[in-house]
Amino acid sequence: MDLTLILFIILAVTAIATALGLLISRNAVYAALFLVMNFACVAIFYLLLGAPFIAMAQVTVYAGAIMVLFLFVIMLLGAEKLPKGDVLPVQRPLAIGAAVILLAEAVILLVQRFQSTAMLQAPGTVENSMDSLREMSGLLFTEYLLPFEVTSILLLVAMVGAIVLTKQEKGTRG
Amino acid sequence: MLLEYAAIAAFIFVTILVGFIAIILGMLFGPKKSTDVKAMPYESGMNPIGPGTRRMPVRFYLIAVLFILFDIETVFLLPWAIVFRKLGVFGLVEMAVFIAILLVGYIYAWKKGALEWD
Amino acid sequence: MTFASILEWLIKGFVWVMILLGGFAYLTYYERRALARIQVRIGPNRAGPLGLLQPIADAIKLIFKEELMPARADKLLFFLAPIITLTPALVITAVVPFGPEGLNFPLFGRVITWQIADINVGILYIMSIASIAVYGIVLAGWSSNNKYAMLGGLRSTAQMISYELALGLSFVSVIVLADSTRMIDIVEAQKSMWFMVLQPVGMVIFLIATLAEVNRSPFDMPEAEQELAAGYHSEYGGMKFALLFMAEYDKMIAICIIAATIFFGGYREFWFLQNTWFSVDQTPILGPVYVFIKVFILLFGMIWVRATLPRIRYDRLMAFGWKILLPLSLALVFLTATGILLAQEVNPLFMWGIPVVSLAAGFIAILGMYQTLRRKEHARA
Repeated sequence: MDLTLILFIILAVTAIATALGLLISRNAVYAALFLVMNFACVAIFYLLLGAPFIAMAQVTVYAGAIMVLFLFVIMLLGAEKLPKGDVLPVQRPLAIGAAVILLAEAVILLVQRFQSTAMLQAPGTVENSMDSLREMSGLLFTEYLLPFEVTSILLLVAMVGAIVLTKQEKGTRG
Repeated sequence: MLLEYAAIAAFIFVTILVGFIAIILGMLFGPKKSTDVKAMPYESGMNPIGPGTRRMPVRFYLIAVLFILFDIETVFLLPWAIVFRKLGVFGLVEMAVFIAILLVGYIYAWKKGALEWD
Repeated sequence: MTFASILEWLIKGFVWVMILLGGFAYLTYYERRALARIQVRIGPNRAGPLGLLQPIADAIKLIFKEELMPARADKLLFFLAPIITLTPALVITAVVPFGPEGLNFPLFGRVITWQIADINVGILYIMSIASIAVYGIVLAGWSSNNKYAMLGGLRSTAQMISYELALGLSFVSVIVLADSTRMIDIVEAQKSMWFMVLQPVGMVIFLIATLAEVNRSPFDMPEAEQELAAGYHSEYGGMKFALLFMAEYDKMIAICIIAATIFFGGYREFWFLQNTWFSVDQTPILGPVYVFIKVFILLFGMIWVRATLPRIRYDRLMAFGWKILLPLSLALVFLTATGILLAQEVNPLFMWGIPVVSLAAGFIAILGMYQTLRRKEHARA
């Protein structure tokens, strides 16, 4: 069997296991750590696909920045221990329904892919060189320029939102 | 290409192993005579009151949000830094627009006092 | 990929970890001796000749210490946090080259390189590992179930992420100069001139930001003895404490290695040795020696700073990171990029505009520091 395939299967199992751990864990800090591990697995998937830049960006931004925010929020609320039982009575059946739909979708896609014999492949041969990195960056800043610029507006909105929500007006501290 | 990353993975494995061995050594050789007083959280001699973990100021959250935004900006600057020679003035301008939009938020944060820590 | 190559990686990783371990042990000795000299003391001189066995004595003592588990601590994370802290501190050096590509030596029919991994996203790798490094500390603080530890861990995390921005941007200003994110390319780009000369302000920002990143004095508020006992490692003792301590000192070594690589020419020779027998081109084996000398000098700088400067108040520390370093490093990236474009399109002499203009920007930042950090003092009174 192909070595990459073995690696993929191990990683896939780990990714699913950590995702389940995130869902099952009743301690919010553990759940957040499971999510970090899940992000790490996803980063290695990117490496397997020959996309080191995205892999490193995934670790830097998601595992390194966004999860730190999550941990801060958990500690901010003092919400490490989650209460037992559901908050909304309908949430359990709703979640199961959504999960079934998602699973069905995945199965249908997988079967279709198998029939068309077009297996997922890494796009071309990607080598560990500056040229491939340059090519990707060149595309980002020419062909995908508009999405890139729009990202900055998204970030701006996020920043303003966070400040408005957290900053009290002067003189109303308490 | 993956081989280089496999080398890093092996290195990570070795460092984790060394960490475990060090801790286990300490557990093997150290005395284990814990008492209630020894297990008390250390607060410079006072008896601790209340739980050790409690709610934290919202300021940490704000810092983390601002960090995410500028971190993403840095991640975008990295690929830009290796192609801007080819893109020329156009590249400089497009990055300047990107940064300028973020700077609006930065100035807003400054004016609103989100960067103050008191 | 064969069994032999896996064995090669494991052995190489093990050897490097052992070197870093020894480096940590003797860095503590180096620091204690240097600090003692600065304070007109003698420092450790009893264990072995010149006290050289002191680190080993310390290690043996720590192994035989009792380890305490605070009541209601999170046992699993309390155990894992030192390892989570240590791993990034060691792993971050994996992409740094210690010798030129010509130095690779054959061993048992394999070619051994002077680098753990030569990847094209080297700088990004360093950034991602640096951003992972916050977990160990915040978890150590949280799992201890101690108010001091918790506060220390949170403070440390907030400080690290704040200065990580300036750190990342000073990396960008180096990449702009080197036109590559691969570490060997960055070193080779400094063949004729170190980036320290072209990017003096970037270098200063990098050194300040890394001091904050590893919680070194004068940015050691998270571990301030006077107010937080010992911060996030208040509850740790024995080997677990040793690991946290080791992570801290190995981070120092790691950032000095990285600083030497991106600003001080890495394994390249000193400028006055160019074209002599001592240059790396002629005698490649001197490469690792040069890295060692540079790291040794940079580490002395960090110790000197610790001996000289008092701690900075936490609000000023954060304000300095966000209001001075962040805009300055961002401006620096643009200044550098503009300078390079001008040099490329108009006249190569514009290259020299980069250090001149960036020094001017740095001067303005110092004035701004005076303004932003002082005015608040008056407003409050």
